[in-house]
Amino acid sequence: MRRWSVAALFLLPGSLLIVLFFLLPVVLTLVLSATNLSTTTFSHPSWVGWGNYQELLQARFTPLILKNTLKYVILTLFFNVGMGLLLALITAFLPVRLGDAFRALWLLPRITASVVYVLIWQGLAAVAPYGLLSDLTGNSQNWIQQSPWAVVVLANGVIGASFGMLLFTSAIRAIPSDLLHAAAVDGATTWQSIYRVVLPLLRWPILFVSAYQTLSLLTSFEYILLLTNGGPGFYSTEVWSLSAYHQAFSNYFGNAQFGLGSAMAAVLVVIGVVVSLIYLRVFNFKELLGEPKVEVN
Amino acid sequence: MKGSQVRLEGLSKRFGKVEVLRPLDLEVQPGELVAFLGPSGCGKTTTLLLIAGIYQPSSGGIFFDGKQVNSLHPKDRDIGMVFQSYALYPHLNLFENIAFPLRLKRIAQAEVRRRVDQVAEFLGIAQVLFRRPGQVSGGQQQRAALARALVKEPSLLLLDEPLSNLDARIRLSARSEIRRLQQDLGITSVLVTHDQSEALAMADRVAVFSTGQVQQFATPEELYHRPSNTFVAGFVGDPPMNLLQGTFTEGKFDWDGLTIPVPPGHPGGSGYLGVRPEDIRLGGEIPTRLGIAEPLGREVLLSLDLGEGKTLKVLTPAGTRLAPGASLGLELRGAPLHFFDAEGRRVGS
Ligand SMILES: Nc1ncnc2c1ncn2[C@@H]1O[C@H](COP(=O)(O)OP(=O)(O)OP(=O)(O)O)[C@@H](O)[C@H]1O
Ligand SMILES: [Mg+2]
Repeated sequence: MRRWSVAALFLLPGSLLIVLFFLLPVVLTLVLSATNLSTTTFSHPSWVGWGNYQELLQARFTPLILKNTLKYVILTLFFNVGMGLLLALITAFLPVRLGDAFRALWLLPRITASVVYVLIWQGLAAVAPYGLLSDLTGNSQNWIQQSPWAVVVLANGVIGASFGMLLFTSAIRAIPSDLLHAAAVDGATTWQSIYRVVLPLLRWPILFVSAYQTLSLLTSFEYILLLTNGGPGFYSTEVWSLSAYHQAFSNYFGNAQFGLGSAMAAVLVVIGVVVSLIYLRVFNFKELLGEPKVEVN
Repeated sequence: MKGSQVRLEGLSKRFGKVEVLRPLDLEVQPGELVAFLGPSGCGKTTTLLLIAGIYQPSSGGIFFDGKQVNSLHPKDRDIGMVFQSYALYPHLNLFENIAFPLRLKRIAQAEVRRRVDQVAEFLGIAQVLFRRPGQVSGGQQQRAALARALVKEPSLLLLDEPLSNLDARIRLSARSEIRRLQQDLGITSVLVTHDQSEALAMADRVAVFSTGQVQQFATPEELYHRPSNTFVAGFVGDPPMNLLQGTFTEGKFDWDGLTIPVPPGHPGGSGYLGVRPEDIRLGGEIPTRLGIAEPLGREVLLSLDLGEGKTLKVLTPAGTRLAPGASLGLELRGAPLHFFDAEGRRVGS
C-alpha cells in the first residue's frame, strides 16, 4: 500500500501538468468540434454532432488543402532531415572549432524571432532594387509570389535542419572512433564508412528526428502565415493547420468559426497519431529500444 | 600466404606540442611476430595506428617490403587489425562483421560465404555467426575480431591487446591459438601488450617501450638475460630484478655500507648492480632478516631486510616454512650479475 502511495506522490506533479495542458485541451477541442460555436452563435451555441466533419468532407477546398499539407510536410521533411544529416556529417569531419562555429551560425535563425526571420526572407525575395535574389540573378521578380512553395520549404527547412544537425552531430560523436578506423583498415573509403557504418548507427536519431519533425510540421504554420498567408491566390499554399487557424480566428467573412476550426484540429490529431504508428512500425521501434544504440565494450 | 617485411625509419609522432613517439627505428622480418611491450600510455597503440595508416607520422618513414607507404590509405595497405576494443560493427551480425572486408572488395556471395565459414569454423565461432556482437561473449567477440582481420588474408596482422578483455584461463589458450595460427599462415604480425608474460611467450622478438621510446628490441631470452638498461631490467621478469644503487671500485660494489665482491667487467664509480631474485641462494654469509614471505604456488617470494632500508627480493622453492623476523644468510657468489652505469645503461656482457 505504502509503495503505491509514494509512487503516486512522485507521479502527481507531472501527471497534473499533462492532464492540464495536454489531455484537457484535446478533450475541449473534441467537445467544441461537435458544436457550431462561432462569433455569431457565441451566446447560444448548439450541438451539431458530426456536422462540422461532414462540412469538411464536402468543402470544395478540402482536397486542395490536404494535398498542400502533404506537399509541405514531405518536401520540408526531406529538406530538414537531409540537410541536417548533411550538415552534421560535413561538420563532424571538419576540424572541431570550425565545425562548432559553423553549427553555431546555422542555429542563428532558430533563435531569431519568427517575424524578423520572415522579414529577412521578404527582403531576400523582393523585386529589384530591394531584393537580394533579384539583384543577384538580374531577374527582377517577387520570388514569394513567383515560387511560393520553394520559399515556404526553404524558409522552414533552413530552421528545421538545425534540429537534426544537432542531434545527428552528437550521435556521430558517440560512435567510437575505433569503428571508423576498423572500417578504413577493412578497406572502406570515407564514403563507404559513412554509408556502411555511420548511417546505420544513426538509424535511431533519424527515426526520432523524422517522426518529431513530421508531427511538428503538421501543426506548424507560422512561417506560411507570415510569408504567404496561404496565398498567393486562392489557397495555393494553405495547409491544414493554417486553414484551422483561419477558420477559427481569422475568417474571411469576419465570422470566426470555433467549432469548425476545432473539428479541423481534431482531424490533425488523428492524422498525427496514425503517422506516429506508421513510423514506429517502419523503423521497428521495439527492436531499436531493445538494444543499446552504440555498443561500447 | 606471404608475410610482408615492415621497416620503421626515424618514425615519430606528435599531437600538437606533445611528442608521443620519439624517432624510432625498427624492422619486422616476413613471418615474424614482434611484440610491443610497455606500460600504459607509452605509445604502443600510436605506433600501431601509424603502421596501419590511421595516423600520419610527424617525421620518418614506414616501409612495407622496401616500399614507402607513408601516404598510402589504410585500405590499400593489405593489413588486418584487431583493435583493443575489438571494434566490431554493432549493427551487423558476426557473419556480416567478418564478411565486411570481402563485401568492400565486391567478392561474390558464394565465395564470401565459403571464406567466412572457413575462418569461423577454424576459430570456433561457427555456432554464433548469426548473432550480433552484443549477444556473444567477450571471447567470441575477440575471435570474431580476429576472424575479420584474417578473412582477407592480409600480409600484415596488427593486434592491439587482443587478449586484455579475456579472463585468465581463456587468455592462456588464446595465446597459443593465435601463435599457432600466425605461424601456420606465416603472416607478419605485430602484437601490442602490456603483459610481459604474453610478450615473452608469444613473440619472436619484443620491443620494450617506455614513454615514447624503444628501450630494447631483442628476443625474449636476450631481454631476460641481457637487459640493455635498468628500465628493461626492472620491467621484464616477474618478480622484477633487484637493482641496487651503489659504487663500483676494483672488484667490489659498495651498497650503502655493504660490500659485495664482483667479477671484472664492471663500470667504475656509481652505478647499479642487478641480480634476479631466482639467482640468489640462501645459506651464505650475508646476514639478513626475513620481512615478508609471499607464497606464489611453486615458489615463495621472500623480502629480505639487510638493515638501513636495504631490501632484496629472493625466490626460493616452496616448502621451507619461515617465520617473519628469522635470520637468513645470503649467497651472491656464482649468481649472474648485471652491471649498469650511473645513467642506467648496461656495461659489459
Ligand atoms: N589522438 C591523440 N591526441 C593526443 N594525445 C594522444 C592521442 N592519442 C594518444 N595520445 C597520447 O599519447 C600517449 C600514448 O598513447 P597510446 O594510446 O599510444 O598508448 P598505449 O601505449 O597504447 O597505452 P595503453 O597500454 O594504455 O593502451 C598517451 O599519453 C596518450 O594520452
Ligand atoms: Mg593502447
